Amino acid sequence: MKKRVVITGLGVVAPNGVGVNDFTKAIQNGTSGIEHYPLLADLNFSCQIGGIPKITEEIKKKYLTNLQLRNFNSNAILYGIIAGMDAIHDAGIKPSKTDEVPLWGLGIVFGAGNSSANKYRESIYKIDEGNVRRLGSTAVLQTMSSGVSAYLAGMLGAANQITTNSSACATGTEAVLLGYERITSGKATQMLCGSTSDDGPYIWGGFDALKVITYKHNDSPTKGSRPMSSTASGFVPGSGAGALLLETLESAQKRGAKIYAEVLGGHINSGGQRQNGSMTAPNSEAVKRCISQALKDASLHPDEIDCINGHLTATIKDATEINNWTEALNRKGTNFPYINSLKGMVGHCLAASGSIECVSAVLQLDKGFVFPNINCEDIHPEIKALIAEKSIPRTLVQEPIKTIAKASFGFGDVNACVIFRKNKT
Amino acid sequence: MDTETIYNKLLPIVSTYLPEDVDIKAITPDSNLTNDLNINSVNLVDIVLDVEDAFDIVLENEDIENLQSVNDAITIIKSKLE
Repeated sequence: MKKRVVITGLGVVAPNGVGVNDFTKAIQNGTSGIEHYPLLADLNFSCQIGGIPKITEEIKKKYLTNLQLRNFNSNAILYGIIAGMDAIHDAGIKPSKTDEVPLWGLGIVFGAGNSSANKYRESIYKIDEGNVRRLGSTAVLQTMSSGVSAYLAGMLGAANQITTNSSACATGTEAVLLGYERITSGKATQMLCGSTSDDGPYIWGGFDALKVITYKHNDSPTKGSRPMSSTASGFVPGSGAGALLLETLESAQKRGAKIYAEVLGGHINSGGQRQNGSMTAPNSEAVKRCISQALKDASLHPDEIDCINGHLTATIKDATEINNWTEALNRKGTNFPYINSLKGMVGHCLAASGSIECVSAVLQLDKGFVFPNINCEDIHPEIKALIAEKSIPRTLVQEPIKTIAKASFGFGDVNACVIFRKNKT
Repeated sequence: MDTETIYNKLLPIVSTYLPEDVDIKAITPDSNLTNDLNINSVNLVDIVLDVEDAFDIVLENEDIENLQSVNDAITIIKSKLE
């Protein structure tokens, strides 16, 4: 029989809250983390708003030594370290000391889009000046995609599989499923799963050029990210990191760890960029298939889903996503479960979106609430025609939630869907 | 620049790269940077860059190859300053 896998630790660095406590309060209150950034205006960006977590020098020093901070210039690695170490601490796992044997059963799958555009930029300028010898020792470590996993592994003494996955905006949800599969296959006892995203003009510029981010809310940043709204005009870029510590139920019980939720199963697939799928748009058949297969993997009937944590980025594709959910679950109108999108509050945190949103989903199960969909007072008519308004709470709902489906979709036509269930206590 | 002045200027540079469990008092002129002080060998390139900035000199690949102890650093710096 497949090993049961539970979540015993959470960590999060989000534009509207750093740390699980602040983040929980923020999502319950519907607090936006979106701001206007003058730098983007100076650089002639159409979209001058975004979501960047607020990390003080004091927080940095709490997680990194002075030596680690020397020539350190990677937000993605910084966010990942904070979220990852928080999840480990929350789970009550002690890192191995430098003179001890490593933790053979603990692995890491921590996804990333880029490691650090700023560090690359710094290096590129030196190289172009003929000064490659002045790069120092950290250019590789901070620019390699797996930098975040490598830093975390060293800080923890983690010695199972240590890797970084990358599947655009599906990265975070995929990381959770890759860690889940590693544990169910019996190859690891504990997996630190998460993802992180760098930020700033060099990461967001390409999206600005693609015209997929909104230019209409530079004067009203907190109103800019509008998933499922009839006035949605493109997503708002964000960043941060989310982390979940997954382990066998057996190990969690043996350690007496707090169990947040169980990972019942999930599915990862692609639309092959065929049918209506492309490099930038999901093939709806693949999305529906991904959701159906996730339910099958979790041995669940679609009616057992109480809440959906959608991908829902605030583009014209939101209605298509809702339609895909109604068809995959064969539920619509008043029979449709709750659905919400964290992106209204934090924007689209790209590679980090899946893991931050998984953390938000697990918190809902643990504490019994559905966070409000903000900036969605004017539900898109195509969405209203598919599901009842009560499925899209605009204020905090406080009631026990048993089962949540979380899906993420990414450029390259890739999908991931994971099912979480509240642990029976 | 005399040996003592160079040594005093070198000390804070080397101490930046000490592992957390090695005290600054452990540094002596004879200390081998990696074997005795446990400095990660990749950080030798950072020490070289810091030395270049502090003394306004340029070290060649051959100099870096010969850099093992604090005394080696002093010898190399002296020769560059001459």
